[in-house]
Amino acid sequence: MSVNLEHQFRVQDLNARYTEAIDDDRLESWPDFFLPEGKYLINTAENVAHGLPLGFMFATSQAMLRDRIKALRQANIYEAQRYRHVLTAPRLVEDNGGVLLARTSFMVARVMHSGETMLFATGMYEDRIVLNGDKTLFAEKKVILDSRQIDTLLAIPL
Amino acid sequence: MNVVANPRAWPSDSLTRVPYWVYSDQALYDIEMERIFRGDTWSFLCLEAELPRPNMFRTSHLGDMSVVVTRDGEGKVHAFENRCAHRGALLCHKDRGDAKEIACVYHNWTYDLCGKLTGVAFRRGIGGKGGMPPDSHPEEHAPRQLRVETFCGLVFGTLGKNVKPLEEFIGANITPSVRRVMAKPVKLLGGYSQILPSNWKLYMENTKDSYHASLLHMFFTTFRLNRLSQKGGLVVSEGGANHISYSMSADTAGKEYEQAKMRSANEGFALEVPEVIKSVDEFGDGIGLQILSVFPGFVLQQIRNSLAVRRIVPMGTDKTELVWMMFGFEGDTQELHDLRMMQSNLIGPGGFISMEDGAATGFVQRGSRGAASEMSVVEMGGQGIGSEESRVSEAAVRGFWNTYRQLMGV
Ligand code: FES
Ligand SMILES: [Fe+2]
Repeated sequence: MSVNLEHQFRVQDLNARYTEAIDDDRLESWPDFFLPEGKYLINTAENVAHGLPLGFMFATSQAMLRDRIKALRQANIYEAQRYRHVLTAPRLVEDNGGVLLARTSFMVARVMHSGETMLFATGMYEDRIVLNGDKTLFAEKKVILDSRQIDTLLAIPL
Repeated sequence: MNVVANPRAWPSDSLTRVPYWVYSDQALYDIEMERIFRGDTWSFLCLEAELPRPNMFRTSHLGDMSVVVTRDGEGKVHAFENRCAHRGALLCHKDRGDAKEIACVYHNWTYDLCGKLTGVAFRRGIGGKGGMPPDSHPEEHAPRQLRVETFCGLVFGTLGKNVKPLEEFIGANITPSVRRVMAKPVKLLGGYSQILPSNWKLYMENTKDSYHASLLHMFFTTFRLNRLSQKGGLVVSEGGANHISYSMSADTAGKEYEQAKMRSANEGFALEVPEVIKSVDEFGDGIGLQILSVFPGFVLQQIRNSLAVRRIVPMGTDKTELVWMMFGFEGDTQELHDLRMMQSNLIGPGGFISMEDGAATGFVQRGSRGAASEMSVVEMGGQGIGSEESRVSEAAVRGFWNTYRQLMGV
């Protein structure tokens, strides 16, 4: 497959803006990176390998993503913390003009209010991305974690 | 400051006070592994569904000790220490797999699926040279075999010599609630684990602490999704080792969800998609939530249609792994499967109504650092360890300490 460099760039740019929004604590804008019927899930590589569907988070619409942020802001209790995402260049697995399937590896450091910093998660984004005019949006974002372990809690999305 | 002469003496006979040194003392931790986890208690090892075929193994734990759980060629379940008779290497270093026999990778000693040593490589040497003397009996150092019992698809094991049969250990007032949930053949849906920055006991206390539920976990109250007055209760087994905390769904016909949706239309402050709490009364008794624990480290969870087993693995005085396995049943309808998927958002380290537990136990671990001779106050609902109608009670937490102190002799 010859890679469409414009598409490659649009995927990379989307994930860059997406992770920057999370890392900058602009969580209210997080759902805007998805289509209204966009899906989001976090599962472990181990579950995926065994065909087990149930993981840490599961959303079937942008509205559910807004609910998650609302819950984080207003209901859930957790210590102040930030993430820093580091991404690889994406690999386009499929490119059907308007719909792309792309894989991007990530590492996430978690920085606590105390300054304590740890490698919190590593894994792969498996993204189905829709190109609509000049808009680039997630139809589905699967976050597949290399490890089954989460330290303490997973409040902020990955 | 009050300086205690012997800081490791239990401060009072009452179950309403717990000294903070129990969460940080390494010597105590070592005794706990011996007297509790390798003593006269039953530890949950895995679901039978995790060993679906003959000739399979998976690894699990008895406290912080690694054990191998197997299903032999005849379908029988066994468990034994994950330690080679030769030099003590792990026998299984994978989580799970298929095997007719188990071979240690270090020097290739072999074992059958009961954990019996069946082969010593070059036992007689090569060409009459080397090998082991004829009067050597390495079998005497074979991995210890656990007594195993399964109940409702749950596999438990023990090294205890004087422990009661499993069902008796769980207790006559608790077993019906295990049967109630484990009613059908299990279908695994997914697993993960959570590292808790705290002593294992803090997590078990948290599970038995029905008092914290609506105070720490603000999701339901914030979004006005249930009533605090929901009927329920607390059941504690004789002696206090095991417990159930349960509550009824506000409405058994599922109208609770409709009402929540109506409120979300009327009030600005609500979820857009209250479907995350939509549920069906799959057990037909109106119980919407049932948290059940078996001493020392097992939890069976029914939160609406979200079903899971959790087991703890102590990893030192201030670190604990909590291993979760979520499940449904063979023959679940698509609708029920979808509900379980939707409700996965409620539980686990990222769960709307459970993410705080990992942090809270860590707060106690950190908050009590430097206060070893101080003690916590466990007095909600009085001093007893009996069953109660009110869940504003710490009776099950006191039950935990009653059992703990008996086994530990403190
Ligand atoms: S340690 Fe297992 S065979 Fe030597
Ligand atoms: Fe809790």
